[in-house]
Amino acid sequence: MASEANSSAGDGLKLPEIKFTKLFIDGCFVDAVSGKTFESRDPRNGEVIANIAAGDKEDVDLAVKAAREAFDHGKWPRMSGSERGRIMMKYADLIEQHAEELAALECLDAGKLFSVNKTKDVPVAWNVVRYYAGAADKIHGETLKLSGEFQGYTLREPIGVVGHIIPWNFPIIMFFFKVAPALAAGCTMLVKPAEQTPLTALYCAHLAKQAGLPDGVLNVVTGFGATAGAAIASHMDVDKVSFTGSTEVGRLVMEAAARSNLKSVSLELGGKSPVIICDDADIDMAGEICVAGSRVYVQEGIYDEFVRKIAESCKSWIVGDPFCPHVHQGPQVDRKQFEKVLRYIDHGKREGATILTGGKACGETGFYVEPTIFTDVKENMLIAQDEIFGPVMSLMKFKTIEEAIERANDTRYGLAAGIVTKDINRANRLSRSIRAGIIWINCYLEFENDCPFGGYKMSGFGRDNGMHALEKYLQVKSVVIPIYGSPWR
Amino acid sequence: MAARRLACSLLSRSRAACSPSLSRSVFGGDRIHGSASGVPRGLTTATAIEEPIQPPVQVNHTQLLINGQFVDSASGRTFPTLDPRTGELIAHVAEGDVEDVNRAVIAARKAFDGGPWPKMTGYQRSCILYRFADLIEKHNDEIAALETWDNGKPYEQAAKAEIPTLARLMRYYAGWADKIHGLIVPADSPHHVQVLHEPIGVAGQIIPWNFPLLMFAWKVGPALACGNTIVLKTAEQTPLSALLVSKLFHEAGLPDGVLNVISGFGPTAGAALASHMDVDKLAFTGSTDTGKIVLELAARSNLKPVTLELGGKSPIIVMDDADIDQAVEVAHFALFFNQGQCCCAGSRTFVHERVYDEFVEKSKARALKRVVGDPFRKGVEQGPQIDEEQFSKILHYIKSGVDSGATLVTGGDRIGSKGYYIQPTIFSDVEDEMKIAKEEIFGPVQSILKFKDVNEVIQRANTTRYGLAAGVFTHNLNAANTFMRALRAGTVWINCYDVFDAAIPFGGYKMSGNGREKGIDSLKNYLQVKAVVTPLKNPAWL
Repeated sequence: MASEANSSAGDGLKLPEIKFTKLFIDGCFVDAVSGKTFESRDPRNGEVIANIAAGDKEDVDLAVKAAREAFDHGKWPRMSGSERGRIMMKYADLIEQHAEELAALECLDAGKLFSVNKTKDVPVAWNVVRYYAGAADKIHGETLKLSGEFQGYTLREPIGVVGHIIPWNFPIIMFFFKVAPALAAGCTMLVKPAEQTPLTALYCAHLAKQAGLPDGVLNVVTGFGATAGAAIASHMDVDKVSFTGSTEVGRLVMEAAARSNLKSVSLELGGKSPVIICDDADIDMAGEICVAGSRVYVQEGIYDEFVRKIAESCKSWIVGDPFCPHVHQGPQVDRKQFEKVLRYIDHGKREGATILTGGKACGETGFYVEPTIFTDVKENMLIAQDEIFGPVMSLMKFKTIEEAIERANDTRYGLAAGIVTKDINRANRLSRSIRAGIIWINCYLEFENDCPFGGYKMSGFGRDNGMHALEKYLQVKSVVIPIYGSPWR
Repeated sequence: MAARRLACSLLSRSRAACSPSLSRSVFGGDRIHGSASGVPRGLTTATAIEEPIQPPVQVNHTQLLINGQFVDSASGRTFPTLDPRTGELIAHVAEGDVEDVNRAVIAARKAFDGGPWPKMTGYQRSCILYRFADLIEKHNDEIAALETWDNGKPYEQAAKAEIPTLARLMRYYAGWADKIHGLIVPADSPHHVQVLHEPIGVAGQIIPWNFPLLMFAWKVGPALACGNTIVLKTAEQTPLSALLVSKLFHEAGLPDGVLNVISGFGPTAGAALASHMDVDKLAFTGSTDTGKIVLELAARSNLKPVTLELGGKSPIIVMDDADIDQAVEVAHFALFFNQGQCCCAGSRTFVHERVYDEFVEKSKARALKRVVGDPFRKGVEQGPQIDEEQFSKILHYIKSGVDSGATLVTGGDRIGSKGYYIQPTIFSDVEDEMKIAKEEIFGPVQSILKFKDVNEVIQRANTTRYGLAAGVFTHNLNAANTFMRALRAGTVWINCYDVFDAAIPFGGYKMSGNGREKGIDSLKNYLQVKAVVTPLKNPAWL
């Protein structure tokens, strides 16, 4: 692989000015109550790019108070769905107008490829806001068939104040996967972005105000999980917490909810998603798809050819400055993740897996890691069990479909899976047999507004995207009333 | 040809009927009481109609819209569209006939079979509908003026309620375009079953003159959201506004051939559309008599599925515990709104005997205050009827009411000597078997009937071939619930009337039609359902 780490911002692109570094509470940017800040670093070189207000319990209290007031007495849940939809449409337009700046901020903060941010991540953000803008007036209760002389119906009401805790891997996308359906449902909320990537969330809070979102409806508290995150999860006046992150932290969130007010929880957690490549697969397609899978099962008939091809294609994989348009892979998000990935690679070597390609850090500074592929991996090895969250793939060989199903399901996770085959029966069988929240057949990582996404097993519960995501932010009320002399039952 | 002759004999005028989509604010006390008290007495019903105000708009589009182009009709013929205030000419409009419908269907067919419209993602279609809604808002006043000029409805009603509702409806349907879901259904045997909801194809749509653009929205919105292409025939009385907004639709990015607009008459253009072998679906709003013909033409040609939104004789029931002042005001609005030209007009007002006299007195006082005049003048509540034919028909019904022994409480005559203005008219002591209590008048004539008890009024209210809507005024929860289920009508408004939100389905029981417009139910009119079944080999579950 070629390395272009350490170049300055690619192609003379001007680094974005950082305008928002404070907490956004009740429509205003404010310092943390403690006055403390934390450093947000550029993952390309580890340099400090901004000092961000460090929100803690007191700040969460203020944000919840604002959200509570906005929910209990404010306009937002009392507007018609179509009025909320209009404001959200304006919000989407503003995101679109500021796409370049948001893409650059995301690149600077998360080390994500600028060109991908601009053509994928930021458009996904405004598209998802438009999708839920159109959903806001399509939240239906049902009239019911009751056995007695009763008329019954259901109302789907906004759940109240929502706490969203989101990760650093797709900061702006995760922000809107959570915020957009909650807004459509009529909830008010506070968002805690990951401490690694607070910048686009703050910028989007500013845009929300410009779009006409009433103060207090959307609050952003930047800070750490152990302080601000924990305060949200255990808050007695937060009605719902929606979390995306690791399985271990998800457990803490759920525990905190259980110990406080039993708030409803939805979790979108880790995965160790299998990709199953059958003998009859289009091998080039398989090569493209497998880059995103952490456990790649290849049927024995094409295993050798597949290994040769994937090793070859890795050579043209360019790791470097994410601002450069021809770069395929940027740095890991921070030192901690960088070191964790390298530790897993060492562990894999010690456990006896074979390095096909990569296997070490890339360049002198920054958090770049070579794309790494292990072969001869066994299910019981740590690299086949744990979520590494880095450019490390485990290649495994299988004989029969039964075996592939069993091994693919032999994990505590169940987020996603990929299947590559031309055979309709195999595709149908595998798609029902694999215990995962989304199955991509002859494609991978196709995220769609209308397509629910979320996990089985310890990958979590609840779904982002689609009309399903609204369920997280609504509660169902049944209304029953006697009815006399009805001509039908 | 038999079909054609049948159509000629009965489709003489596609008079049609449907109500507006109104924001609740129209019902606000501010408007009702404000305008009533704010207008000097001299401007009420007794006023002679003055010189017409020059409409602040130009007529720029009078040709047919086929495949994205404005074109003359194949025959080169035109017909006049008239100003209902005077009966004078507004413009000559291209007159579509069989050949023009054929051309439009070919364009729509091509746009459907070849794309890009149905091949776009739902989200891409939604973006075009959203942009169209933005353009409607931008051109609100111009569109409203054209609507008023051609139709005679009050400009304030068009500009403040109807055109904003047009934009609102288009946004509503835009939001559906990327949320059309089929089910995956369980099978008894090892099979995987997907249900796909596919666009039907080329939709023929025939709309009436009473709410030209709202009826445009009810038809065009769901059809396009679902990915269909359209040939739309407007009413010959009101061809202008649809041409203007369809041009804006193309500015918003609608591909050529997706929406074709044919101006013309029912027996020619309308019949050609209804009997066309290459039109996959027909939607009609208009009179029950014409609806029968449309259904018959569909049956005789290619069995295209038909949705019908037809006439009504909708009851309003006022119980003795109701807020009488509110009931008087809303019942007045329910009948007189849009010059009485609403398919769901509350045209049989049943009032409990204990409050009957009070109700009649107060209704009379309200009708006397109704401001009739040039619809372009501020504060006017009622303009002229649509045309000479309707005007004469309504006066004929008024005479019939008097002849049959009903008491003429107020009104009963035309206003002025020019145009089609009619006094707000009320009959009391109306009996069920009188013609004015049975037939759809489609004009400003309110009939007030007396009842004693709930079961009696339910039975009387349901004794009609229609079943479009009903209104109930009571504070009694059990009575409200009893009426809610017992009245055989597509909409029951309780302590309100004419509330038309985008998400509320609207349509008729019995001979008021079939199918529902607006709401999620409207999508069904424009979707085919395809079940896809494939065996499962050793599935993990069934």
